[in-house]
Amino acid sequence: MNRMALSLSLAAKLRWWEFALWACLLCLPFLLPSHALLISEITVIALFAMSLDLILGYSGIVSLGHAAFFGMGAYSAALFAKHINPDPLLGLAIATAVTALLGAFCSLGILRGSDLTRLMVTLGVALILQELANKLDFITGGADGLQGVVMGPVLGYFEFDLMGQTAAWYTLGITLGVFVLLRQVVVSPFGFSLQAIRDNALRAQAIGIPVHARLISVYTLAAALAGMAGGLQAQTTGFASLDVFGFDRSADVLLMLVIGGTGWLWGGIVGAVVFKSLHSVISAWTPQYWTFWLGLFLVLLMLVGRERLIRPWTWGRRA
Amino acid sequence: MLTLLFDGVAYGMLLFILAIGLSVTLGLMNFINLAHGAFAMAGGYTTVLLMQHAGLPFLLCVPLAFVFTALLGALMEATLYRRMYNKPHLDQVLFSIGLTFMAVAAVDYFVGSTQQLVQLPEFLKGRTELWDGALGMGHYRLAIIAVCAVLTVVLQLLLVRTRFGSQLRASVDNQRVAAGLGIDVNKVFLLTFAVGSGLAGLGGALGAEVLGLDPIFPLKFMIYFLIVVAVGGTSGLTGPLLAALLLGIADVAGKYYVPKLGAFIVYSLMILILLWRPQGLFSRGGK
Amino acid sequence: MSADIVLSCEGLVKRFGGITATDNVSLQLTRGARHALIGPNGAGKTTLINLLTGVLEPTAGRIHLLGEDISGLAPHQRVRRGLVRTFQINQLFDGLTPLQTLAMTVSQHLGQGASWWQALGRDQRVIARCELLLAQFHLTEVMDQPTEHLAYGKRRLLEMAIALACEPNVLLLDEPVAGVPAGERDELLRTVAALPADVTVVLIEHDMDLVFSFAKSMTVLVNGAVLTEGTPAEMAADPRVKEVYLGHGDSHG
Repeated sequence: MNRMALSLSLAAKLRWWEFALWACLLCLPFLLPSHALLISEITVIALFAMSLDLILGYSGIVSLGHAAFFGMGAYSAALFAKHINPDPLLGLAIATAVTALLGAFCSLGILRGSDLTRLMVTLGVALILQELANKLDFITGGADGLQGVVMGPVLGYFEFDLMGQTAAWYTLGITLGVFVLLRQVVVSPFGFSLQAIRDNALRAQAIGIPVHARLISVYTLAAALAGMAGGLQAQTTGFASLDVFGFDRSADVLLMLVIGGTGWLWGGIVGAVVFKSLHSVISAWTPQYWTFWLGLFLVLLMLVGRERLIRPWTWGRRA
Repeated sequence: MLTLLFDGVAYGMLLFILAIGLSVTLGLMNFINLAHGAFAMAGGYTTVLLMQHAGLPFLLCVPLAFVFTALLGALMEATLYRRMYNKPHLDQVLFSIGLTFMAVAAVDYFVGSTQQLVQLPEFLKGRTELWDGALGMGHYRLAIIAVCAVLTVVLQLLLVRTRFGSQLRASVDNQRVAAGLGIDVNKVFLLTFAVGSGLAGLGGALGAEVLGLDPIFPLKFMIYFLIVVAVGGTSGLTGPLLAALLLGIADVAGKYYVPKLGAFIVYSLMILILLWRPQGLFSRGGK
Repeated sequence: MSADIVLSCEGLVKRFGGITATDNVSLQLTRGARHALIGPNGAGKTTLINLLTGVLEPTAGRIHLLGEDISGLAPHQRVRRGLVRTFQINQLFDGLTPLQTLAMTVSQHLGQGASWWQALGRDQRVIARCELLLAQFHLTEVMDQPTEHLAYGKRRLLEMAIALACEPNVLLLDEPVAGVPAGERDELLRTVAALPADVTVVLIEHDMDLVFSFAKSMTVLVNGAVLTEGTPAEMAADPRVKEVYLGHGDSHG
């Protein structure tokens, strides 16, 4: 077989529909200006979910505490804007950097141990951070949350307006940038080595891949991106509260990713859109019992097999 | 301080009874059942509702809670859980989280979200002071320790002296070989899950007075059960028992001596232990 | 003494609680050796491989590779120095295709494993090497199929292809033809026979035909200790070796 064919087989070009989808997404603030705030919200969550895909879908690390990083980013950005400098991009950079440090530190905890151990450690970290935020109320505002975060204009020019237009463009722009970066990472040798570690860590080690070093890298990156999402959230909503660290948030993002499909990078975006839509529809119908329907959906989805959700042609067949 | 120790031991014993079902389920079916707390909650609410609406005495309601929750567990194992055994851990986690959400919402809908109060029978109320108040033993906590201790002994005897016990231990050790030896593994799973859930329900019933009972009970206490299992391991009873006692005492002491830090200490301790020994502090070896 | 000892271990011991899985094993392998490691089940052959590759930490003893003491090195570091193994039970990456698997392995070996900015396969050297390996192991037709869908024989071939993609100096093959259907066995055996002459190969096998046709030297391991070593002819004539396999009646494949 000739080299061209081989090359093509390996090639990871962007597909046409990826361009098309992004073009649509970027048009949304134009097309639906009254929903600009919702668009921001979904975009932020999509970024959060993409960061989880890096460690769950591509590296096989089951985390029940990814919100630890989201929360860290949110509070860092909020505190930075409030006390040091309200410039959004600077604040976002700081929030991302701080969370990256936290991620690097926490990554040491997920290197060894079974799935259960990892679940426990990640859950524990998120709980600890939530407790810390609660107890250090003189910094964080405790249970009341951190209010009154006023942001400066993006790039010194685009003010955050009440309608949320700036917020929508801002979050979409950042998320697009991250997507492009991750799209490159997942088809690189590094990205494939992560999938190798996910599929068979023993063999990965046996072909010379430094498993621990790779896991530390990807966990730090994923944490940084989750922190970036949290920072965006704080900046576009103007406050941060304890629930950014909550178990609900970790569980929701996990679910979103599972709905959208792990390991293909779009899962975060698709999942965020589907999840939020479901949430709006069901909450309008039965506002306080959303958790019940969510739970039912989860149970059914898991029984049926989660990979079948995004393959409707398999719905009729038996597993 | 002795009182603290006493309270810690009571809390620990309760946690053990609550969590042992989770430990055995994980060891036997390799299934991470985060809905275990929901069974505990079911037991608690069964007791409360029977007492409030059927007027049954507390001492009767507690064993009834065990029976009811065990039956519920058996039903769920046969219909739902069984299909999830060979799925990846992530799926099992999400599945059990889904069940928990459903349980929490359902209880909230049917019973409401206020704390449920349990009226203890007279002879269980009260307190005995020893050594000039150095040791204060609440009678209820004393009863809890007694009941849990008896249950622990019974469980140990079941495991070691009965035929079912050896079938269970064989299945935990190596499922395929056990099946090859003619052990009906499905039946072992069903019974074990039922008993484990029943014990959780029993713990929920006993613990309602001490731990509180409201719809978010499963979410509040799930982490504690998981700590017992992760630190104590899944082979045998001693590991989880020691882990539970350690956790109970640490939690009570922590909340008393450093209330500002509260649960912080417990979580940190857990993470440190898991980092040091990922397979658990007391287990024989990895799962 | 030959200056060409590529892999050696001295006094290697491994104890698990009360059990001694590896009992004072010493081996010396020269460059280009074709060495077989045989012994009944439970003799500790795979344990020895695990010790040599660093998956297990020895209770005592040292290991040298190309003159360097590698006893303290992590498994992936030993692979970087040319010590590569295959597994008795296939250890593959089910979510990747053979092409992706090999390309990634070759990239890792070329030192590009951590590069995240270039797509896999941009480097022409990687493509060239993959082309060769795929052809050599008859995987070209299935190169784009997810590994989990491959037939067992192809999986076994891929198992070895991955090891060769690492360009080993020393190759440890753990029962390479185990469970392979007769038709595909010959392919595999021919590939084993065609390995470069300067690569040192250690073969764990139960199939005596394969051992005698392939190996120039052998070590017999029993209960974790070396019973004897020598050429295949010497082993065939040694009554102790025969007794180990036939006398105690506790060995079956």
